[in-house]
Amino acid sequence: MPNTEYYNDHVVRLFLLASAVWGIVGMLIGMYAAAELAWPGLNLDIPWMTFSRVRPDHTFGVIFAFGGSALMGTCYYVVQRTGHTRLAWGKLAELTFWGWQLACILSMATLPFGITQNKEYAEPEWFIDILIAVVWVSFGAVFFATLARRRIRHIYVANWYYGAFIIAVGLLHIVNNIAVPVSLTKSYPVYSGVVDAMVQWWYGHNAVAFFLTAGFLGMMYYFVPRQAQQPLWSYRFSIVNFWALISMYMWAGSHHLMYTALPDWVQSVGMAFSLVLLMPSWGSAANGLFTFNGSWHRLRDDPAAKFMVIALVFYAASTFEGSMMAIKTVNSLSHYTDWTVAHVHSGSLGWVAMITIGSLYAMAPRALGRPAMHSRRGMELHFWLHVSGTLFYVVAMWVAGVTEGIMWRATGPDGALSYPFIDSLLAIRPLYIARWFGGFLIWLGMWVMAWNLWYTAADARKKIILPIPVPIPEPDSHQTPAPLPAAT
Amino acid sequence: MAYRHFEFIEKHAWLLGILTAVMVSIGGLAEITPLFIMAQEVKPPEHVRPYDPLRLAGRDIYVREGCYLCHSQMIRALRFETQRYGSFSTADESVYDRPFQWGSKRTGPDLARAGGKYSDEWQHAHLMDPRSVVPESNMPGYPWLARAPIDADDIAARMRVLRRLGDPYTDADIASAAAALEGKTEMDALIAYLQGLGIANEPQATAGETP
Ligand code: HEC
Ligand code: HEM
Ligand code: HEM
Repeated sequence: MPNTEYYNDHVVRLFLLASAVWGIVGMLIGMYAAAELAWPGLNLDIPWMTFSRVRPDHTFGVIFAFGGSALMGTCYYVVQRTGHTRLAWGKLAELTFWGWQLACILSMATLPFGITQNKEYAEPEWFIDILIAVVWVSFGAVFFATLARRRIRHIYVANWYYGAFIIAVGLLHIVNNIAVPVSLTKSYPVYSGVVDAMVQWWYGHNAVAFFLTAGFLGMMYYFVPRQAQQPLWSYRFSIVNFWALISMYMWAGSHHLMYTALPDWVQSVGMAFSLVLLMPSWGSAANGLFTFNGSWHRLRDDPAAKFMVIALVFYAASTFEGSMMAIKTVNSLSHYTDWTVAHVHSGSLGWVAMITIGSLYAMAPRALGRPAMHSRRGMELHFWLHVSGTLFYVVAMWVAGVTEGIMWRATGPDGALSYPFIDSLLAIRPLYIARWFGGFLIWLGMWVMAWNLWYTAADARKKIILPIPVPIPEPDSHQTPAPLPAAT
Repeated sequence: MAYRHFEFIEKHAWLLGILTAVMVSIGGLAEITPLFIMAQEVKPPEHVRPYDPLRLAGRDIYVREGCYLCHSQMIRALRFETQRYGSFSTADESVYDRPFQWGSKRTGPDLARAGGKYSDEWQHAHLMDPRSVVPESNMPGYPWLARAPIDADDIAARMRVLRRLGDPYTDADIASAAAALEGKTEMDALIAYLQGLGIANEPQATAGETP
């Protein structure tokens, strides 16, 4: 029977482009914020350039615009490849692209002008929240409709994570953003005080869990076996890890509120679950890393695989760190300091950005109708820029965080505090400069990637690439552990 | 559970979706529901009153400017914290805070009890140009606040929304609100808010308001 169905890679390419652009924009803003902390004159007394207006733009830009575009693009790619089917509802899928970009542009354009709810990671005002909710539900509809028409009975593990990511983020977004508008640009949340704090960090922590972790684990579970050219190390292990991860994360949010006015029992529950959470986290990391067993030699000549391996190492490291920081005594030192910022960026630059970049390098040539990326040396350069920048950043902020923590609690023999607050700021100034420099290296790397993608996309720009046919008849539908995703 | 049960789940997208939704909901419900119930029961203590119009306007500016990205408002129950910042924060102090401003990063010091620590003039000079007062500071200046008059039009609307959400504003509070903001700048409002921090949120008995 002649083949009549083709993969829908058009929308994947759009998201790929958006992700590369937002990565550069979001990290540029992060660099500017970092520079402002080191050299405060850069605030220039211009309202929308001021650190406190710019920082939410950085987090929205990197998490939702850069990370979100990458997640949605790879999700559409992976669900088609693992289900041997074309994306359902192509028009709606394309609408989710434009809707998401509109939401990102609106948010990025309103936050610096003070149109903000200022709940961390949920800053955009109510009218943008509604748009985000609509786009998200459509995204979920496309994803699950595509799953419904899959030709492989067994749903591959990457899709479980993407599915959990979609369901949980939708739930979190809606619950956390319930607010009563006063005008177009101002609203008050229905929650106040302690309840608002708990709802916010239930959201904030699980934005980490389901946006920055589960979504990217979906990416990892598809692209790591793909790049290692062998099946997942243990399929059954991934089942245990999946259910443990999604059910435990939701309990852990209160570790953001240790020693605060939140009731003690909630804090203790958060601490306990954060410690247990280490197991499924390391489980996933180990599963990914062991998948490279027997094909470690690939690392020598495949920078995409290198990105993935280091991403998994950072994932293991930052989850270990997170569990330690959730221990009350450690948190009493680390909370409020740059240690948190170090942890955040070892997770986000080390894990999130590296798994994204690795997956983009793996996906881009296939989606753009090329045998490989334009320049392998470009990828290699990007790898070293990114890794060294990340180390600069994270090490500088670790040292800064521990310094602050120790100076804030230091007391002399008479029991009086040893340092006025400002001394701790002076002590870490040089580290703020080092962090900025690390960010600069990372940002250069993003330009190298953009350049590389531009040339890899030469055929796509000329619109001469052919759509890729879905492999039909499908292979045996009864495989467990799911097979290597078909080469395309 | 035997493996074949999982296999069944993994072959039925709807079941996978529903089970995922159930699993992710349990934790949040278990932690947040009791807090909701407690929040219904806990009545704010007598002396904690909702923000008066000027401080409310100031608070909204604090939120808009994102001061919480560098300043916490939550003194933890730890000795070295109470030594530096004053007695630890309690839950009832933030009952009228929408959104809460506890913060998660201290680039600058905690502000939960900053009220009354400095004079209004110091605050003004500091917000105009922090480095004119504290040369080592990396806090940004906010000079535009002194130039911006407060938009008194929607303060009543804001208070009405807050009343709908449960804050006990009286009709008289709302009716007199616009008058209380007459001729004030955003800077005045922000300073009034800062100076009230930690004084258990009591409104000063200024003229033109019912307490
Ligand atoms: C870049 C981070 C940053 C931002 C944003 C920021 N501050 Fe500060 N703030 C500091 C630092 C650092 C200090 C300590 C040095 C000083 O007094 O300037 C400080 C000190 C203060 C103090 C004095 C506290 C004390 O106990 O000595 C007040 C009051 C204050 N800030 C209010 C504000 C307000 C209001 C805003 C928002 C409009 C704001 N800050 C935004 C960093 C920041
Ligand atoms: C060029 C690279 C980057 C630079 C220079 C940078 C810089 C910064 C700076 C200066 C802050 C403010 C820290 C503070 O408040 O003291 C920050 C916060 C943050 N950044 Fe980045 N960043 C970069 C990349 C990223 C990426 C790729 C992500 C996520 C995918 C990310 C996520 C975050 C988050 C979540 C915070 C908030 C941390 C907190 O409040 O504790 N950043 N970043
Ligand atoms: C087992 C896994 C993890 C645990 C137990 C954990 C735990 C923690 C803890 C205890 C804090 C400090 C809260 C505070 O004192 O304010 C924190 C902050 C944070 N973590 Fe993690 N973490 C984990 C994994 C990750 C990963 C993989 C990322 C990915 C990017 C991440 C992103 C963040 C962010 C963004 C914050 C800062 C929130 C804020 O204050 O603005 N975490 N985490």
